[in-house]
Amino acid sequence: MQYLLLIYESEAGRPDVKPEEMNAIIAEYGAFTASIKASGNYLGGEALAPVSTATTVRVRDGKPTMTDGPFAETKEQLGGYYLVEAKDLDEAVAIAARIPGARFGSVEVRPLMKFD
Amino acid sequence: MDARSEVQAVVREHRGWVLARLLRSVRDIDLAEDALQLALEAALVQWPRAGVPDHPRAWLVSAAKNRAIDELRRRTLHAEKEEEVAWLAELTGPVPGGAPDDAPIRDDMLRLVFTCCHPSLAEPSQVALTLHTIAGLETDEIARAFLVPPATMAQRLVRAKQKIQAARVPYAVPEANELPARRHAALGVVYLVFNEGYSATRGDALLRRDLCRVAIGLGRELVALMPDAAEVAGLLALMLLTDARSAARRTDAGELVLLEDQDRSAWDAAQLEEGIARTRHALTLQGVGPYALQAAIAAVHSEATRAEDTDWRQIVALYDELLRRAPTPVVALNRAVAVAMVDGPARGLVEMSALGSALDGYHLFHSARGALLERTGDHAASLDAYGRALALCQNEPEQRFLQRRIERVRARAPG
Repeated sequence: MQYLLLIYESEAGRPDVKPEEMNAIIAEYGAFTASIKASGNYLGGEALAPVSTATTVRVRDGKPTMTDGPFAETKEQLGGYYLVEAKDLDEAVAIAARIPGARFGSVEVRPLMKFD
Repeated sequence: MDARSEVQAVVREHRGWVLARLLRSVRDIDLAEDALQLALEAALVQWPRAGVPDHPRAWLVSAAKNRAIDELRRRTLHAEKEEEVAWLAELTGPVPGGAPDDAPIRDDMLRLVFTCCHPSLAEPSQVALTLHTIAGLETDEIARAFLVPPATMAQRLVRAKQKIQAARVPYAVPEANELPARRHAALGVVYLVFNEGYSATRGDALLRRDLCRVAIGLGRELVALMPDAAEVAGLLALMLLTDARSAARRTDAGELVLLEDQDRSAWDAAQLEEGIARTRHALTLQGVGPYALQAAIAAVHSEATRAEDTDWRQIVALYDELLRRAPTPVVALNRAVAVAMVDGPARGLVEMSALGSALDGYHLFHSARGALLERTGDHAASLDAYGRALALCQNEPEQRFLQRRIERVRARAPG
């Protein structure tokens, strides 16, 4: 069973983060990614550039329109994701809880829809 | 009881267990429920004529299993679904017997309990699922008990089942390190059902009594499933003791009667006896917590034949223990009331003074303070406290109770 783990975090929430703390968090992400690769759960994952770089596209009456920024103005923004294989929701949630971002923001666990 | 209603009672008793057994192999709750429904209908036709089989549960499991197999065969004809073919293989394998004390089927039920009470589901969904799949209540009955339109309740159940299916909420007993927290969550669901029946004053009174009985029934099942856990035994004891006093809790006119003023001969003596025995047993088990301690407090009250015989010192000691494990302002308030019974109202008021900021919006805080102030003879402050309680109180019988209190203090106050 595949789950997408969506990492939401406030981009403005931690302005006082020191460079060495940032490096520690990056190292933690590296270790986490290595561990889920070793355990066979990892299918993919990336960090996203800040929402200030986002563009939202809609097609209405056949005409595409673009707006600057993300779809919804929220306190926490989508900052990255992992795609994992897990045997059930409990395993997926346990993996999500180990993502460093879960301590600062939140991780949404979404099963992938299966078409068959 | 005629043959048909006897069969209906048997069917109702076994429904949850059969569903639990089916779900071990049929992960699709809707498919399992449909198959079970067909099996139950077959039983209602066959049993009144041929008699209830020796092992009705095994009969129902096997009948429902065959219906699930038929349905899966029909589906796999249209699309070769790997998983469904695998279910089919598993389902057509041998089934362990269905005798009531059969260990595998008990594990199935435990799995179903933990699936229905999974923390990934919203609490109202946990309650609805538990009442529907384990207690066997119809959607309409649950909707009426919780004052929700039937369509809303039906949708709540559908969504919860879909989530279990789509997100693959595990159908499993939690790992040992998670078990206490998950067990606590399951007990919380049962206690919520009980309190919905016990506390609320709106809605159909008869149905609310039924909810208390359903909660006690669920409590009994959990004790059978987890006989060694103090909190499981404690919750059942607490519900039995609380429910046993319910006849004395209201006058015929629906007015509230405080514990100290209740006619103790109206308490259900047999149920109290069972509750006290279960409390004693709970306190000998591992993991004594808030439920077992609240049961112990209720048991001390039950053991006093007159209100003035209540062993308040023991109650204070139990509240001390409870406060250590569940340090909430409401527990501290109850403890302060008990302290006032031992050391006098002035001492109780001192204990309460620290709780004002946390409980200022809680009507029972003000009514408890009002009662202590009344006892100290401070009529003005007592009226003020009762007045604030009345302004905050939403419950009509409690409002009338507070009004009677206010009138009593006014009658006593000089001038």
